Amino acid sequence: MAKQTAIYEEHVRLGGRMIDFGGWSLPVQYSGLMEEHFACRQSAGLFDVSHMGEVHVEGPDAESFLNDLLTNDVSRVSVGQAQYSVMCQDDGGCVDDLIVYRRAQDKFLVVVNASNDDKDFAWMRSVLARKGYRCTLTHESPNYSQIAIQGPRAAEILQTLTKANLSAVKNYWFIETSICGDIPALLARTGYTGEDGFEIYVAWEKGSQVWSSLLEAGRPLGLSPCGLGARDTLRLEMKYPLYGHEISETINPLEAGLGWAVKLTKPGGFIGSDALKAMKEKGLSRSLVGLRMLDRGIPRQDYEVFDALGKERLGVIASGTQSPTLKMGIATALIPIRFTTTGTQITVDIRGAKVPAEVISTPFYKRS
Amino acid sequence: MRFPAEFKYTKDHEWLKIENKVATIGITDHAQSALGDIVYIDLPKVGRELKEHEVFGVVESIKAVSDLYSPAAGRVIEINSALVADPSQVNRDPHAGAWMIKIELKGEPTGLMSADAYQTYVANLK
Repeated sequence: MAKQTAIYEEHVRLGGRMIDFGGWSLPVQYSGLMEEHFACRQSAGLFDVSHMGEVHVEGPDAESFLNDLLTNDVSRVSVGQAQYSVMCQDDGGCVDDLIVYRRAQDKFLVVVNASNDDKDFAWMRSVLARKGYRCTLTHESPNYSQIAIQGPRAAEILQTLTKANLSAVKNYWFIETSICGDIPALLARTGYTGEDGFEIYVAWEKGSQVWSSLLEAGRPLGLSPCGLGARDTLRLEMKYPLYGHEISETINPLEAGLGWAVKLTKPGGFIGSDALKAMKEKGLSRSLVGLRMLDRGIPRQDYEVFDALGKERLGVIASGTQSPTLKMGIATALIPIRFTTTGTQITVDIRGAKVPAEVISTPFYKRS
Repeated sequence: MRFPAEFKYTKDHEWLKIENKVATIGITDHAQSALGDIVYIDLPKVGRELKEHEVFGVVESIKAVSDLYSPAAGRVIEINSALVADPSQVNRDPHAGAWMIKIELKGEPTGLMSADAYQTYVANLK
């Protein structure tokens, strides 16, 4: 039996087509994927992301612990600021990617992927036990509802439900305030769509009320509830990684193009830094690229990628879709370095036909 | 969901309209709804001989790929090439404007359902 978020009944009421996603019953779409995608790009979209995992890290060594655990430099994060980071294995493979929110000098909220929630917490606990930092870890996933409101009108809509001044919250910063009257909420200017917007963290049991209030306030401005389908096309147009596709235990963050979040020269290093440094010195053998189809055809996960002549097999598609915005097939693929220059022609095997494609610069979608 | 009475239906969610030994073929309202926004379609060349239940094309939504099966044996005499340029027509008008192919029947197709039988079949899928 798939788990239900606190907003489940609302999804059903809205005609959401419920599917099992990593053990959670969530809507893949409501009115239609394309309509939801464009609502988010042009006005705003509302996403129930309560399946995401939350961990509290608190104590005098919380920063040191996270800096050992994660690739990015937590010491550069101010109170009220958020940071994207990767958690690596000793060999540099990814345990997960996540966002760290610094709530106080020694108090952090770490938000991880739903599919890795239990694995991540076990990994974090084992590192803590092994290294003996003075901090506590608490698994808070069941206590949070998380709602994302994303799109050019997201801030305007959210502003109607809070007294906090949202224009003072910069990208990748957050505030702890209240919403819908007196409901305590963490409002973070973060997201997974490439649009401006917020991710809203409230107590589990408040999820449904906050969701309904946002929808009511936003409908006249074009806000639409968005399912997992639109969430995936929106993130892929930005080439944002999805665990199990662009990153995994066998795809490290350097190969995935996340070097900007990997601070190899951080004092004391981090778990996986030795392996990643060695790989970087030796030179990476493969790298994640963005592709666009030059002919009709939709690239999909696991389709094989070949050189321009269709002879040499280069790898497989990590994620692929028809881009609603660009109206063409787009994809990510991990391929040998010598094929990764922008403009390189390759082919994708679509049902036996080698369809021409080219490596292009990303994100695929550029906000106007 | 619509189930026009003048059509015959298959378990693979195609419909046929048979007139003077020519069958017009498309996918059902149920099929387009289950697929979601359709963004790609491949159709066969005119003149191709199809066996009953042979794959004659493919239709893709953003999330799914689905083969198209010929409900009958025959020769393709016409295709709706406008769908290739605008596959979303399959979502908007699956039973009329978005017909896919016309075939000249070779013998009698088997295993087809009436509108009532298909409606019951779809209801039992859930």
